[in-house]
Order: sequence, then structure tokens, then C-alpha cells
Amino acid sequence: MNSLSDLQEGKSLQVIQLKPVSRLDLIKYAGASGDYNPIHTIDEEARKAGLPGIIAHGMWTMGNLAKLFTPYYHEGFVKDYSVRFIGKVFLNDVITLKATLKEKFDQQYRFDVAAVNQHDSEVVKGEVIFSKY
Amino acid sequence: MFEQHIGKCSNKVKNIVERGAVKKFAEAIGDPHPIFIDEETGKKSRYQRNIAPPTFPRVFDFGVIDGLNLPKKGLIHGEQVFHYVRPLIVGEEIFCWLKVEDYVEKTGKSGKMGFLVLKGFGEDPTGEIIFTSKQTIIITEAVRKEMIV
Repeated sequence: MNSLSDLQEGKSLQVIQLKPVSRLDLIKYAGASGDYNPIHTIDEEARKAGLPGIIAHGMWTMGNLAKLFTPYYHEGFVKDYSVRFIGKVFLNDVITLKATLKEKFDQQYRFDVAAVNQHDSEVVKGEVIFSKY
Repeated sequence: MFEQHIGKCSNKVKNIVERGAVKKFAEAIGDPHPIFIDEETGKKSRYQRNIAPPTFPRVFDFGVIDGLNLPKKGLIHGEQVFHYVRPLIVGEEIFCWLKVEDYVEKTGKSGKMGFLVLKGFGEDPTGEIIFTSKQTIIITEAVRKEMIV
């Protein structure tokens, strides 16, 4: 689909399934974002913090989730993007990205968005308002 | 324990939406789309330049809030919000700062938790706000105790 105009309320964008989360993914995100909190990259530090192993940066998952909308920047932009971080993302988790159009009003497209892991648990959940030009 | 900081702001810091930083960031979130990184695509787009992904402000320096000393470890990122007037354009200058919007404590299953809300602002050189952000940080009882010690 090239235009969001073709999308009906209640319908979803094509889901994206990410490759299993790797340590290198998180090292790259740490470097690109400047967030070097070691619970995201170093096992020992994660264990000291009471975690079974390193976890992904919440903002890594939020960043990934936004790419569902990247193909549509020729016709609008992400005006509002809000999420709650509700579950941890561990190494080798397989995350699926989803967006469902809830309503259209005055060229504003409101989506429910979520990142879901391989156990069908939501790890990030929120809303995007895509504003069409 | 952070109530006295509510309303405080950081100093404003000049940031540049750097081409290399945008490319690295787009790659790190698995979204190396030409609208972010390819100059030709940017020129031909309605923006006439490349743009940055909506979570890119994670990269910006928002300055320091006087007296607000957050623990380096153990903070939990609970919620994140971005609001845009328009996308960020590669190459532009954005002046960023933070404000302590709220702090509340709630008692839950794992003891008393603190919820700190930091609001971020990004404005262009003419003073027009381009984006705002809101970050909710959860400070658990264990982390609070460590801070007092």
C-alpha cells in the first residue's frame, strides 16, 4: 500500500517481525543514542540489577515500532507518539510490530501501536497520531 | 524526594540534527530508509532535505537541571511521549531543554515507587517549538534507599 488513505478504520498496517534481538543490536543502539546504561549490554551488570540477563533499551523498541510509519512520510508525519513500556525485551526475543487504525478525523489518523514478543505478550503499547498533509 | 524540583528547568543547549548521527540512529533502530539517509531522496521529498526519525531526540543534549541528581543505575523508563509540529530536518539547529513537570510517590506491591515526569522541549533558532517530549521515570524503593545511604 502506498497511501494511508486506502486504509479503513479497524484495519492494520502490514506487521513487521524483527530478527531475534542480538547483543550487537543493543550495542549499536547504545552507541547511536548515547545511552550506555550497562544493563543493556553487559551481562554482569544486568545480573547485579536483578535481571536474568541484558534487556533492550525501551527506546530501541519504541524506535523500531515507529518504522511502521516510515513508508508514509511523503503524505504526512508522526505528530504524536506515546507509549508505555510494559514488558522487558531479552536477548533472542522475537518482536513483532503492529499498528491498527482506530479512527480518522480531519486528516489525523489515530493508530493503536504495539510491540509483541514471541509469547504474545505486549512489551510496548501506545498510540500514534499520523497527521496527513 | 524530588518534589522540591518540580518546575525547575535545565539550561538550553544548542543541538544540530547531524547527518551522520541520523544515519547511525536510523540504522540502529533498523530503519535505514532513504528519507532519513539518502540526500537525493531528501531533496526530491516535500521536505527538500532528509528528516530524522521521531525518536531521534534521544540523541540530543537537554542540559542539566540544577540540583537534580538522579541515580546512575536502577531507573526504569515507564512512559515516553513525543509531540511534533513538523519532522526534524537534517542539518537544522534545535535548542533543547528539560523541565521537571511532576513527581509523585505511590505505594505498590514492591514498596513505595517514585514517578518523575520530565518534559523536554526543542525549538528552532527563531524560538518556535518544533517538538515536546515527556518521559516518566520510575524510581523503585530499592533505588531510593540506595540514594539516601
